[in-house]
Amino acid sequence: MVNVIAEKCRGCTKCVKACPFSAITMEGKLAVIGPSCTNCGVCVDVCPFNAIEKTDEETRTVDISAYHDVWVFAEQRDGKLMGVSIELLGEGRKLANDIGCKLCAVLCGENVDHLIDELFAYGADKVYYANKPELKTYNTDAYTKTIYEAIAKYKPEIVLLGATHIGRDLGPCLAVKCGTGLTADCTKLDIDPEDKKLMQTRPAFGGNLMATIVCPRHRPQMSTVRPGVMAKPQRDDSRKGEVIMLNPVFKEGDIRTKVLEIVKSVTEHVSLTDADVIVSGGRGLGGPEGFDLLRQLAKKLGGVIGASRAAVDSGWIDHAYQVGQTGTTVKPKLYIACGISGAIQHLAGMQESGYIVAINKNENAPIFEIADYGIVGDLYKVIPAIIEELDKLEASVV
Amino acid sequence: MIFSEKHQLIRKLVREFAEKEFTQELLDRLDETGEFDWEIFRKMAAAGFTGTKIPKEYGGQGSDYLSYVIMMEELARVSPVLSIYANTSNSLGGGPLLFSGTEEQLQKYLVPTAKGEKIMVFALTEPGAGSDAGSITTTAVPDGDYFILNGRKTFISGAPVADYCIVYARTDLTQKGSRGISAFIVDMKLPGVSLGKDENKMGIRGYPTCDVILEDVRVHKSDLLGELNKGFQNAMKTLDGGRLGVAAQSCGIGQACLDEAVKYAKERKQFGRRIADFQGISFMIADMAAELAAAKELTYNAAILKDQNSKDAPVACSMAKYFASEMCNRLAYKAVQIHGGYGYIKDYRVERLYRDARIMTIYEGTSQVQQMVISGSLLK
Amino acid sequence: MRIIVCAKQVPDTNEVKIDPVKGTLIREGVPSILNPDDANALEAALTIRDQNPGSTVSVISMGPPQAMYMLRECLAMGADDAYLLSSRAFGGADTCATSTTLAAGIRKLGKFDLIIGGRQAIDGDTAQVGPQLAQRLGIPVVTYVQKIREIKDGKVIVERQLEDGFEVIEVKMPCMLTAVKELNTPRYMTIGRIEEAFTKTITVWNENDVGLRPESCGLKASPTQVMRSFTPPPKGKGEMLTGTIPEMAAALVKKLSEKHVI
Repeated sequence: MVNVIAEKCRGCTKCVKACPFSAITMEGKLAVIGPSCTNCGVCVDVCPFNAIEKTDEETRTVDISAYHDVWVFAEQRDGKLMGVSIELLGEGRKLANDIGCKLCAVLCGENVDHLIDELFAYGADKVYYANKPELKTYNTDAYTKTIYEAIAKYKPEIVLLGATHIGRDLGPCLAVKCGTGLTADCTKLDIDPEDKKLMQTRPAFGGNLMATIVCPRHRPQMSTVRPGVMAKPQRDDSRKGEVIMLNPVFKEGDIRTKVLEIVKSVTEHVSLTDADVIVSGGRGLGGPEGFDLLRQLAKKLGGVIGASRAAVDSGWIDHAYQVGQTGTTVKPKLYIACGISGAIQHLAGMQESGYIVAINKNENAPIFEIADYGIVGDLYKVIPAIIEELDKLEASVV
Repeated sequence: MIFSEKHQLIRKLVREFAEKEFTQELLDRLDETGEFDWEIFRKMAAAGFTGTKIPKEYGGQGSDYLSYVIMMEELARVSPVLSIYANTSNSLGGGPLLFSGTEEQLQKYLVPTAKGEKIMVFALTEPGAGSDAGSITTTAVPDGDYFILNGRKTFISGAPVADYCIVYARTDLTQKGSRGISAFIVDMKLPGVSLGKDENKMGIRGYPTCDVILEDVRVHKSDLLGELNKGFQNAMKTLDGGRLGVAAQSCGIGQACLDEAVKYAKERKQFGRRIADFQGISFMIADMAAELAAAKELTYNAAILKDQNSKDAPVACSMAKYFASEMCNRLAYKAVQIHGGYGYIKDYRVERLYRDARIMTIYEGTSQVQQMVISGSLLK
Repeated sequence: MRIIVCAKQVPDTNEVKIDPVKGTLIREGVPSILNPDDANALEAALTIRDQNPGSTVSVISMGPPQAMYMLRECLAMGADDAYLLSSRAFGGADTCATSTTLAAGIRKLGKFDLIIGGRQAIDGDTAQVGPQLAQRLGIPVVTYVQKIREIKDGKVIVERQLEDGFEVIEVKMPCMLTAVKELNTPRYMTIGRIEEAFTKTITVWNENDVGLRPESCGLKASPTQVMRSFTPPPKGKGEMLTGTIPEMAAALVKKLSEKHVI
């Protein structure tokens, strides 16, 4: 709870201006905290008179000490392990080491035994495995029931899931069933050295604000993490571990949705998260033909094309290419932003890139604030010039 | 002016609609070809813009003059010509019907007009009768159950696409001046009704204007609007309300000019600095902003007076139209000046705004007519 | 059919900026809007109502009193009625507590066939409340709905968006769907419906009205808490290249190849 200490408040209104949720108003010369308060504590830091305090509350707690181990949901589709699950094993290993506990993977599917060794190779000490026809492809009810029963029985202290379309469906359902908290789209995970609790950092307000979240009194602590954010671990095929079979029993009426059909996109396979070089286009392209030019440059550099939300919303390219807050997060070695203004939601998806090059007609475009190299100019002239220079470079190397 | 949440929401609706639907492609096409765009008209009708201040029982949206003014301002800010698409039915088309129509006439003509299903225009001006509207020479001679109309109306906005037209004609040749004039609802498809060529206008291109020629047009007496020989009052009352629409349009144009000027002044660099950093320019912008704010207050206040049916409303509307229309022309001039040579090039918005602004001080009662109205109220 | 839409009023995060000197969020002048995904949800509900005469669409939201403005907008788009769950006790809620409160409100509304919400809100960006709400109400949920194909015989058939395609899923009502922006284009309000929206009463409920104890809602019922907030350190501006276009292109390629990026 955040409270104003009335005797200390001088009515300077610094807290009113600082509050990201506009939760503070003035009643005369006294600051009053309203219902929009989320306890973020920014006002506490900003008050020059120490007139705002944050207090902890006594509430019913669960026996935290009974929960051990870090679990990673090993998401598989068509018998293939999703890249994000492998990244999470890498991150999970670090967390498990910091805590001093085991790293486990939870695998659901039908006859996906071949993935077990892969999970050990990427760092899992244990694999909890449910092998049932009902789990062949993801459905909310079957997966939630299976994993919830496992959590209830084996009591992990941390559960990590990839923030994929599946993870963002499964995570919330599991959290409610377990009566615990869930933090979405974490970009950083750390262990508090004092009490070994998980500190989950994530973007909010469209990427304008970062928040570090904790789940002090409930277990397991659950987080979803975006693909491409954490680093992939080294593969060590000599590693082995323990398999524990899960045995969920599905009754009539347990699974309430039916998958009638699965349709794959006909568009060229987009693997933004794996790309080393991305040439991305935005509103400045003026039309879908612009992407043809970008493809030329991408090909020259051995990369792929991406897009901002503006280009996708204008119908110039499929949303599978979208980079940003509601698209894919990427960390390529080189990101070339063409005709992209640099709205915060786009930056949230690519600002961790190795090198960022921005090409835009408008010298005041926000993208230049984070670009390593900025070129103010017409991309339809600049990109051909770059291609020409690359050709020259190729020729000189030969 | 502090707006209620309801009016804020109306402004939000119109602003979002205009910003999304009035695409550059559409606006350029309207200016280049001068042709009416039916698709955008239908979309505007679907959002209720053609019936904003027309009562619900006559197919309208049941809102007030203040909403109407907010709508006109927000539409004109993005496209002055497209604001006229929403204006006609609310003011010059719907107005005469609301003032003098019988229940049958309202149901037959106002309902479809308010819904945007039919277009009703207003025909008062003639080649020889502009500001001196009382000197019209179109005649309407009774013949049994009909009146026979003969004459020529000029500069009738929307006539090329209209279904119906309110025509003012002389029914009593013994009376002089503005007396003895009656209003008629004329179906544009009646035999004897023909149109002149589309005028090639300086601005607000995309809402076609032409002459309406009436040769022995037989109009049934049920389409006489209001009392015989009392049509002139109907015209004046209509124009009085229409003034507010033009004032609001002018505020929208003024806002657009100010926005463009501010944007350009911040971007353009000369002598090593933004031109916005020079007082010659920044003071121009200050003046623009202050006059625009004043014009808006006059307009909103006049709308509120109109909604209250105040006897001060007619003069307030006249002052608002007069001041706002002159203001937007001054602002358009300054906006072009701030753009320098670029302001003279069609690629830049201010070029079109300058041409569109010019009609504001002329149509629906010239500035000089407004001066007559205002001074008349003080010096009687 | 009785359709319930969950909506949230959010700051327009496209307009939020960071104060470059203080590093804090500038909230002044940032308009509050109906969350975009929720507008898609409402549009879907209205379309279903248009196709099934006799159906009703109710909108429910948890938020501060200002959220009434957003609910008026929903009414002006065509919703039949609107409910606001508002109380200091609800404040500080994480998604868990939010879903508890919304569930309590929806239970009070009585029987329903369909609940539609937006996939995620643009301020929290979690996409959690939808599935959590469904779990609490004991109904099935389908997220990322990009198309509603058919509603027939008490079942809904939808397309659920995946990263690389979609699934066609059949689910029995009552159920919950969460909408993505590809689902539809939300209709405009009309002037007339805005007029009507302000004559309707929006029902406001606090924790007592929906039978929630104070410890079951808001901050007290939130397993997750914010430990600290900070603005992300700006990456820092790099180098702006100058010269003619050929010169800049040459400089760029040279620098990138020197750093072995290409």
